[in-house]
Amino acid sequence: MTLAAWLCLLFVVSSVVGYLLIRNVPSLLHTPLMSGMNALSGITVVGAIAAVATGSRALALAAVVLAMINVVGGFAVTDRMLKMFKAQRTNGND
Amino acid sequence: MTEKMYFTLGVVAVLIVLAGIVLMSRVRSARAGNALGAVGLALAVVLMLLKQQLLSSGALWTALVVGLLLGAWLAARVSMLAMPQMVALLNGLGGLASALVAYSTRKPGEASFEEYAGLLALAIGMMTFSGSMAAAGKLARLLPQRQVVLPGHSVISSGLLLLLLLSIVWRQPEALAILALLFGWVFAIRVGGADMPITISLLNSTSGVAGGVAGIAIGDPVLTCIGAVVGASGLLLTQIMCRAMNRSLLNILFSKGAAAKGSANSAPPAPAEAPAAAEAPAADLPAILRSARDVIIVPGYGMALAQAQSAVKTLADRFAELGAKVRYAIHPVAGRMPGHMNVLLCEVDVPYEQLYELDDINPDFATCDLVLVIGANDTINPAANTAEGTPIYGMPVLAVAEAKWTVVCNLDTGPGYAGVPNAIYNSPKTILRLGDAKESLAQLLQMLS
Repeated sequence: MTLAAWLCLLFVVSSVVGYLLIRNVPSLLHTPLMSGMNALSGITVVGAIAAVATGSRALALAAVVLAMINVVGGFAVTDRMLKMFKAQRTNGND
Repeated sequence: MTEKMYFTLGVVAVLIVLAGIVLMSRVRSARAGNALGAVGLALAVVLMLLKQQLLSSGALWTALVVGLLLGAWLAARVSMLAMPQMVALLNGLGGLASALVAYSTRKPGEASFEEYAGLLALAIGMMTFSGSMAAAGKLARLLPQRQVVLPGHSVISSGLLLLLLLSIVWRQPEALAILALLFGWVFAIRVGGADMPITISLLNSTSGVAGGVAGIAIGDPVLTCIGAVVGASGLLLTQIMCRAMNRSLLNILFSKGAAAKGSANSAPPAPAEAPAAAEAPAADLPAILRSARDVIIVPGYGMALAQAQSAVKTLADRFAELGAKVRYAIHPVAGRMPGHMNVLLCEVDVPYEQLYELDDINPDFATCDLVLVIGANDTINPAANTAEGTPIYGMPVLAVAEAKWTVVCNLDTGPGYAGVPNAIYNSPKTILRLGDAKESLAQLLQMLS
């Protein structure tokens, strides 16, 4: 099997796995989930780094900056949100 | 680093990310899950740096650090209220990054499978970018909130889509990029305010797909895999939102629009009458409030607009002091993004155990003493069960109409986004407190002191 065919298969399998994993997330957590997934979509930073090595450099570096904003901003915002979710018992002091 | 080692460690990075997602499905472990996802992603970045032997590239490190600082700065200064547009903005940047990856790595002249995958990633990434910018602009009120329907809107989008496909076939990346930008914009300006949760989760999905397809184009399994996971998650959320509105995705994206249809075939009730009707029972409002033992609060987008969430919490605390049980009923599409109300209420320290989903709380409306509606309209409109032919017909709504007493703290009694008048406003069991929700809530609080 060629690499491309293999990757297409991987794409399909990952979609199914992702679908099954995320089905369990309660609606209470939908916003953090969405922004967490948003951060993960910044994984394209990996592609941008590869592009710096193999492709047109200036555009690839721009892609690195954009993808990093996506990743870091996404994870940080998600963390800020999740910090707010407090249980009944512990909401006294903090 | 050998190809094989990169692959093996790449699998580890992916597994760490997946473990993070599993942890994110429970409130207690969600924060750790998010952190784990960040660790997996960081590992993937390091692996790629090693694989490409770029550890000593100053320019690359500068780009990484600039992105990191900008991202951290944005995340630190954004308010919870501005979260929907922040998510849209970040989505757009990710999409643009994927498009740039696809564009900058293409090898002109080769009509290979990878070439077409790259063009597809370029198209999806560009659409995601312009669509997200339009959505973020609407959410931030820089663009009109309402649907913008151009003359011949469907013809324009279909034409753009056709040209887009042709430029993939003819391998014209520059034309493709411009067409994709236009298509994303034309697509997103058509979506009105209340359909935003669906658009946001759809764009979330496409930003993942853009990354995954770019991964196929450059032959990277880590990017392919995680991109696909994000794509699937966004699609699932989109599906959940659509189901919550009882509308198909195509209907939401390509309809002439709920708002236009609704206002055409149903005249809104005269607003002047409604407050007058509310005067009569207002006298015993303090008694109703005081005697309530089981209170359900129904927040809507109006609560977000009035920034009334902490006033809601203060009132809820007062009810609790008087011995009442307080719960919140959260409609799945309340607000402007999935889970919007949950985030706003959790920000003001409402314990998440008090937040109930539609199916869990709907049977309890009939037995509770008092329902407090804060800026919600379409999500409580009983017309959804009865008024065939209206845009909201068949949408599951909160059964507020069955409650013994309902106090509505909305800005006015105009029909909501869907344009269908709400019979709850005219019900004898309803007490209207129109105007700014914060002020209305303060008045209620006074009655309880």
